[in-house]
Amino acid sequence: MSNFDIAIIDLGLGNLFSVQQACEHLGLKSKLTSSPEDLKAAKGIILPGVGAFKKAMENLKELNLILPLQEEAKNGKPFFGICLGMQLLFSHSLEHGKTEGLNLIEGSVEPFKKKLDDGTKVRVPLTSWRQTKLNENQDKKGTPLEPLADLEYMYYVHSYYCQPKQDEFILSTSSYAGVKYCSSILKDNIFGTQFHPEKCGEVGLAVYRKWAEKINRN
Amino acid sequence: MSEDRVVRIIPKLDVKGPHLVKGIHLEGLRALGFPEDFSKRYYQEGADELIFQDVVASLFERNNLKDIISQTAKDMFIPLTVGGGLRSIDDIKNTLRAGADKVSINTAALKNPAFIKEAAMEFGSSTIVTTIETIKQKDGTYKCFTDNGREYTDVNAVEWAQEIEDLGAGEIMITSVDNEGRGDGFDIEITKMICDAVSIPVIAHGGAGDYEAIERVIKETDVTGVALASMLHYDFIKTYERDFSKETEGNFEFMKKPMEERLFGKINSMSLPEIKNRLRDSGIKVR
Repeated sequence: MSNFDIAIIDLGLGNLFSVQQACEHLGLKSKLTSSPEDLKAAKGIILPGVGAFKKAMENLKELNLILPLQEEAKNGKPFFGICLGMQLLFSHSLEHGKTEGLNLIEGSVEPFKKKLDDGTKVRVPLTSWRQTKLNENQDKKGTPLEPLADLEYMYYVHSYYCQPKQDEFILSTSSYAGVKYCSSILKDNIFGTQFHPEKCGEVGLAVYRKWAEKINRN
Repeated sequence: MSEDRVVRIIPKLDVKGPHLVKGIHLEGLRALGFPEDFSKRYYQEGADELIFQDVVASLFERNNLKDIISQTAKDMFIPLTVGGGLRSIDDIKNTLRAGADKVSINTAALKNPAFIKEAAMEFGSSTIVTTIETIKQKDGTYKCFTDNGREYTDVNAVEWAQEIEDLGAGEIMITSVDNEGRGDGFDIEITKMICDAVSIPVIAHGGAGDYEAIERVIKETDVTGVALASMLHYDFIKTYERDFSKETEGNFEFMKKPMEERLFGKINSMSLPEIKNRLRDSGIKVR
């Protein structure tokens, strides 16, 4: 038996401290790891991510994590991608040329426009609290977004956004630079948020808590 | 200007040793208490982010904010930016490991611009905030300063902002050294010039003395964040109960005064919720 609940994938990019702190705050034992064995042993997987899509996929490949991640996701293990981690769930991204993703959710990752049609400048990276609109065709009850009020402000930092092929998995949308885009997604056991719940105060922690309900803790 | 904008209101905590300090023109430091007391209050009151600045680090080439950050990051789940004396990739790594989400860099970037590029490649653009400390010159241009506003450089602030963006910084905080701590308002002119010159987010800092100054810089420029210190701190200490009589280090004379005498002439202090409510009433989007 492993002595941790959550494997937090460490790609050597960015700050994982706050994700770890959020887990600890909820009494979840987590381990920063890049080993396939730990993925198997974990009861849930968090794929965080700061940085570039292409670099992250290259690191996943080097660490031999692509297949194990795909397998664990397909086996039904609770899987949570945050920010770039959500984008990596998709088929491909247009960041630095077309790059294949983990392909767990059909769709693409696309850049925000640099200018609106009327010439207005778009500031990227989007670094802002943004209103998060719940998908009205989805019952939020039982999903990790259950603690959110409609149009709740959540914290976003990104220059690219996810475009799923199918609308049915979209949990919420946000708007920026003239597009309405998918800001969180749930497909069976696979959950992703473009916002950083570990940076959204108490309501963000509640998202973690709700997601972790599915996990049998040690 | 995009009406799409949601403006972040960001308390800025200047730290010297174990104390939160506040000066005028980034100098004449006065100890106001302990940073953990201030950050806790601001977190509870809906701060959108927090900025910690080790105000002496770049002078003495040391970095001692780490313990304060680690403690803060344990129970405050909002973005934390940390700056002051960061001069190597390892310095950044250690600061992020301590719990910071972003780092702010000024002196080291002006000494070696390639440092920004290297840092952005290593940690991602959105992790790298570059601070521009600037003073308007007699000829009307704005020049950059290092070491918390003390050392002049011949670098033009607007050109530097563009260079910073090209090098991969994710955000710029523009500090008007002239206005800082005085409460006369932000320097709208340079803030606007920098906003126009770059496409990355810009945070205004330095000079907020009353609510109107905040509304004005938001309405007249395209900043996406406003950093506040004096206005919030002088509001907080109106009710800040803590015994400073045993503090031997730091300039605590002000805080040893009776609470009702802790006033600072030009600053119309105000709490975060009050500021946000008034911004909302005037049609500015805030969380």
